[in-house]
Amino acid sequence: MSVPFVLFFVCGALAVTGAVLVIAAREPIHSALALVLVMVALAVLYLLLGAPFIAAVQIIVYAGAIMVLFVFVIMLLNAGVEERTDFSAIAKYIGLPLGFVLIFWAAHWLWRSQAAAAIGTSASIPAASSHDLSVELFRQYLFPFEATSILILIAILGALVLARKEQ
Amino acid sequence: MSIIPVSYYLVLSAVLFGLGVIAFVFKRNIITVFMSIELMLNAVNLAFVAFARAHNQLDGLVFVFFVIVVAAAEAAVGLALVIMIAQNRQSLSVERMNHLKF
Repeated sequence: MSVPFVLFFVCGALAVTGAVLVIAAREPIHSALALVLVMVALAVLYLLLGAPFIAAVQIIVYAGAIMVLFVFVIMLLNAGVEERTDFSAIAKYIGLPLGFVLIFWAAHWLWRSQAAAAIGTSASIPAASSHDLSVELFRQYLFPFEATSILILIAILGALVLARKEQ
Repeated sequence: MSIIPVSYYLVLSAVLFGLGVIAFVFKRNIITVFMSIELMLNAVNLAFVAFARAHNQLDGLVFVFFVIVVAAAEAAVGLALVIMIAQNRQSLSVERMNHLKF
């Protein structure tokens, strides 16, 4: 077992544990903290995959900005323990087993896939530098990049209009 | 040997996405339902980065960048909606939001 393998399995286990905790936690704030664990574990995996810029953006934007927004809203609304309700019989006895079958079928199919197994994420390939990424972003993807600025502007306006007090 | 097959990452991505779907269906608090959407987006991002690495192309990383930007915009608008719903209904449970149900 080399270092990348150990790192992969540790971070993968942390991410899956965090995702399970998101489901298991009854307080929304515990779910939010578990989700931060998932995001940090994924950021380490991005570093392992040779994408340091994406890892930094993951920490700053996801674990920083978005999760702070979630925690802020949870505290603002004073969200307590969520109430448990009975699920319909169809959801309990058909939906849940089918969901697990789907997960394990997809995982098994990906595991056995020859095409996927043939290509590895070798550490010998140099990491994608921020320079290469920005050249790609500002040449080939310049129009989508500019379009996202309009998207963010609309999102700001939408959030302001929705969250303000009714006159 | 330091080559992790890309299938390992894809399996992890599939498991995380499935857990996100389960959380989306089973959680009863509207904020945690929102969080499970973020979980699914993260799972897809992992697959994007793994494929970008495996094919040694940068397009996957650019897509992840855009997904993160859209997720940020979506979280801002969605949480504003959550605040509005909580103020109108005095409840965060999705069970109470059944006014469109026939």
